[in-house]
Amino acid sequence: MTRLAAQGITVERGGRAILNDVSLELEAGTFVALVGANGAGKSTLLSVLAGLLKPERGEVLLDGAVISAVDPRDLARRRAYLPQNPRAEWPISVERLVALGLTPQLPAFGGLPGGFEPRLTNAIAACDLLAQRLQPATTLSGGELARAMLARALVGDPEILIADEPMTGLDPRHAMDSVARLQALAGQGRLVIAAVHDLTLAARSATHVMALREGRLAAFGPTAEVLTPDLLRRVFDVEAQVTGVGHKTVVDFLAPSV
Amino acid sequence: MTSSRLPTAIAFLILLLAVVASLFLGRVNMSPVEVIQGLLAPDKSLAGLVVTELRLPRAVLAILVGASLGLSGAVLQGLLRNPLAEPGLLGVSNGAALGAVLSIYFGLSQAFPLATPLLGLAGAVGAGAMTFAFGRGGTLSLILAGSAVSGLTLAFLALALNFAPNPYAAYEMNIWMLGTLSEKSWDHIALAAPFIVLGLAILATMGRAVDALTLGEVQARSLGINLDRTRVLTLLGVGLSVGAATSVTGSIGFIGLVAPHLVRPFVGHQPSRTLLPSALLGAALLICADIVTRLLTTQNELRLGVVTSLIGAPFFFWLVLRLRRTAP
Repeated sequence: MTRLAAQGITVERGGRAILNDVSLELEAGTFVALVGANGAGKSTLLSVLAGLLKPERGEVLLDGAVISAVDPRDLARRRAYLPQNPRAEWPISVERLVALGLTPQLPAFGGLPGGFEPRLTNAIAACDLLAQRLQPATTLSGGELARAMLARALVGDPEILIADEPMTGLDPRHAMDSVARLQALAGQGRLVIAAVHDLTLAARSATHVMALREGRLAAFGPTAEVLTPDLLRRVFDVEAQVTGVGHKTVVDFLAPSV
Repeated sequence: MTSSRLPTAIAFLILLLAVVASLFLGRVNMSPVEVIQGLLAPDKSLAGLVVTELRLPRAVLAILVGASLGLSGAVLQGLLRNPLAEPGLLGVSNGAALGAVLSIYFGLSQAFPLATPLLGLAGAVGAGAMTFAFGRGGTLSLILAGSAVSGLTLAFLALALNFAPNPYAAYEMNIWMLGTLSEKSWDHIALAAPFIVLGLAILATMGRAVDALTLGEVQARSLGINLDRTRVLTLLGVGLSVGAATSVTGSIGFIGLVAPHLVRPFVGHQPSRTLLPSALLGAALLICADIVTRLLTTQNELRLGVVTSLIGAPFFFWLVLRLRRTAP
């Protein structure tokens, strides 16, 4: 069973601690929503957990092994990472963009081996992009590109998916579709970690919530226990109410707290 | 997925036609039969000498140099994700020019003809090492270091011209920098070819990295691409191939910029698929430009670098217009 652990993660930039002594343990089969105000250190924490940023202090352990010591290609096969607002730099087709997610699986030379074709089609279909399959990625709308990037991340069938605001810019239907896909992945025993701004969406779909405030871990635990008005006041400085249960939960912000 | 075999085959065919044309066309009028005889049964006849000692080495050198420029341009544009990247960007071609010019300045080239390419190679290696020393750790710092090294070598080039021992030496330096394939022997090729082939081999392995970079540096890294290694290998490959090429022929502009652009639409813009066709097309373009210099009878020799610039500059304007149309 995949297990990702952070121990005393501290990241400093210009003498300021962006992350301050963050420790947590994440297990396969969970969908963890990362919430926090702007500048709380969400993106930095995701980069550290993905093994792309080495913290000043502390370690990230993947199944007990220090993540910086894991072979980059092995790591790439096991975890997918999506940064905020990913871009395509050349007008390659959606199909080829999605196929780039198979980079760590491919031989150094030559094209895509035939066996990967069904996986490619599945990923494209799952993200509702069959009609755009041959369209240049640079001509996609923002939401379509976000879906193409998600397909890119899912095509390699990673054990761990780390995504920085993957739902930003999606229309309601596609946002719900994407969340359902992340939920389903967690249901299949994968570990999904996503920074989420829409708290209602997080409350309805995530199994766990971790909240950051000014670089420190403010709370981490099962969604129903953690996502409370008290926590929202501490993390976002707002009065909020949480109504309903399960997939009918609604998070409402009422007023800035004094 | 379609393969890139067709564009590669077409680029190869264009190159083949260009090579054949370059063997049959030249200052000395020769019948096709004489050329083929010269190729198949080399003897000491005039036709045999013209073919084996003039036209064949010229074509071979053009292939090596053109492929270096085309492939380097394609890899650099992929690495930097910038359509204006070209092989001169890393400072190695100016370094090679400085080394070669110094050999003329100190009169070494008259004592020993191969001194010019040898010092050119040393200059390219020195410039590449300097770019590497200052440009480690990031793509932007690599470009900035390349520009700084280019600026420095240009300053020394100007200094050498300024204090040229005599007007003839100044003329020699100037004309050398314009680039040419004429008066090159098999010795020049033997000197440069090992470096060029090694550089090309290194650059040819960059396909996976430049493809992943389509998603930006962060995603490329998350896909297991070692960017530090990619940058070092690119600098090494460009330094070896373009450095060695420039040290033998002088500066030849625009081929490295233009070839990848001509290829890109035909391979679906995928960076790895531009590599091989760009090398082939770069070689073909250089041979065609060289044929132009040979066929136009001018009082002074029309230099190859001048022709590529004359053809390349309008292409640059076209690129600007196209970018303006497609940019939001």
